[in-house]
Amino acid sequence: MGILVKNISKSYGKLTALSNISLDVKPSELYGLIGPDGAGKTTLFRILTTLMIADKGQATVAGYDVLKEYKSIRKSVGYMPGRFSLYQDLTVEENLNFFATIFGTTIEENYDLIKDIYVQIEPFKNRRAGKLSGGMKQKLALSCALIHKPKVLFLDEPTTGVDPVSRKEFWEMLKRLQQKGITILVSTPYMDEAALCDRIALIQGGKILEIDTPKAIVGHFPKPLYNIYATNMYGLITSMSHYEHTYSVFPFGEFVHYTDKREAMDVEEIKAYLVQQGLTNINIEATQPTIEDTFMELAK
Amino acid sequence: MKRFVGFVRKEFYHIFRDKRSLFILFGMPIAQILLFGFAITNEINNVDIAILDQANDVNSREIIQKISASKHFSIVDIIQQESSIKSIFKKGNVKAVLQFENNFSSNLIKEKQANVQILTDATDPNMANTISNYITSILKNYQQELNQTVSIDYQIVPQSRMVYNAELKSVYMFVPGVMTVILMLVSAMMTSISITREKEQGTMEILLVSPLKPFQVIVGKVFPYIFLSIINAVVIVLLSIFIFNVPVKGSLFLLGVESVLFIITSLALGILISTISATQQTAMMISLMGLMLPTILLSGFIFPISSMPLPLQVISNIIPAKWFIIIVKGIMLKGVGFGFILKETLILFAMTLVFMGFSVKKYNIRLE
Repeated sequence: MGILVKNISKSYGKLTALSNISLDVKPSELYGLIGPDGAGKTTLFRILTTLMIADKGQATVAGYDVLKEYKSIRKSVGYMPGRFSLYQDLTVEENLNFFATIFGTTIEENYDLIKDIYVQIEPFKNRRAGKLSGGMKQKLALSCALIHKPKVLFLDEPTTGVDPVSRKEFWEMLKRLQQKGITILVSTPYMDEAALCDRIALIQGGKILEIDTPKAIVGHFPKPLYNIYATNMYGLITSMSHYEHTYSVFPFGEFVHYTDKREAMDVEEIKAYLVQQGLTNINIEATQPTIEDTFMELAK
Repeated sequence: MKRFVGFVRKEFYHIFRDKRSLFILFGMPIAQILLFGFAITNEINNVDIAILDQANDVNSREIIQKISASKHFSIVDIIQQESSIKSIFKKGNVKAVLQFENNFSSNLIKEKQANVQILTDATDPNMANTISNYITSILKNYQQELNQTVSIDYQIVPQSRMVYNAELKSVYMFVPGVMTVILMLVSAMMTSISITREKEQGTMEILLVSPLKPFQVIVGKVFPYIFLSIINAVVIVLLSIFIFNVPVKGSLFLLGVESVLFIITSLALGILISTISATQQTAMMISLMGLMLPTILLSGFIFPISSMPLPLQVISNIIPAKWFIIIVKGIMLKGVGFGFILKETLILFAMTLVFMGFSVKKYNIRLE
């Protein structure tokens, strides 16, 4: 009853959006599709929600074929597109009512499913959807996508443009929905959100780089990783990228994440090199790789 | 059914919350009918003319008397020499100058012929022509009065009678036209815009990923506009009856049924436009350029089809408005029954089917 994708390819003219993608999402799994903008996430969502036809390959959603049984899929999935796609001139309540009606149900009938989310926007139920804040819009969109008790939920970048507090709340809600037996496929460009999924697929340029649990993916990172700090961030990066033993270097928050080409690296030698480059307040220490590090490594 | 009601309710929310579309829906019809009824007219009323009376004798004064008594003309200037004719035309408000030759009366009596010249400003050719005809007919009348005592052996007397619009009121011609244009505008443009809006705002994506069938979406979108167009048609007919005294000689019921048919034809066109345009802007441009202009220019609303060049006459046949105008004129002015407009009705009906067929074929059940 999950999602099965087999060798899906899709291109728009000369541009290849997806090439030979395969993945399977188990029933009631929270599955993340992690990748930068333009990786092909939205295209995959549109193929799975029967809005587009793949050039090659097969896919089933909730046991239905995306091509032949598209009508059954449309009855049993909830879809929240990347762009806010509700009626801005309708109020919160009217939007929810409308989506309940077209799916042949009522708000009361499935209220328990959306209750946790809807109580947060209920005080604003008479406000037009266009006048809501980003976080509230997403909560309303999620409520609308859930109102008919879908078996599978597709969320295309649901937290893009949402404040950190609302993002955290949003992911807590997804966890609760998952416990109610809903299969969730969610895409995000935020690596920190990836750690909250059961399994993730790292995707770039229409290709899947790796599929595994967030923990295992982090465990795949091949080299010891170091945080380097210096007062002049820009000078630090340029100096390190010209360093002869550098394997990879990229900014990570207030630090630079660094890996060395050699089997055994000498911290003092790097410090000396940086001092020679005129940098001050230098600090180097070992750190744990994150999903972002792994992604950058795989995408190399 | 519940789904349908829910959908239609949503559409009404959209319409009543968008001030712009509300204005187009209800402000425009009233404004247009009043504009065409009062301001834009082919009739000649109180046209300013000038007189150059070189004779200044009995007969010339009698003629001037008759002209100034007619409601068509008002004499605003009496000029003295021929040279001022040019400058008076250049000023622009005088549309015609009537010039009597020297010794008009004595020529008339002695030579049995006197000359009078009518000069018209033909920058507006239709107007110039009409003015010249009106003045000529006043002169002829005067001539007949002079000849009452004399008997002419052979005489042809034309007895013309204007049927269906005895007073030659141009509002009679405009009402069917304006009604057609407005129904077309409201039905085709508004539906095509409202459907493309869903595409543009991304809500079409969600509607597609729902159990709603394409047919249900379309009917749901179109239904409110059928309803609103009917209200518009009623308003127009009421305005024309009570403000412009245009008669409805035929059956009001038949007029209603035919209007609903034309509304559906226009809606089908609107749906077709929405399937080929991705944005509201495109839909509006296609509706305006592709529908409004031909409807106004080629339907016989303003310019008679029979005087168009042949290629345009052929093209006018595919314009639904042409057939609807024939139907409305028939029912309102001539009072014909269904039998006389059967052909036009069938043509509109067939067009509707074709438009709908194309729309269904072009309607996408997916994005792309």
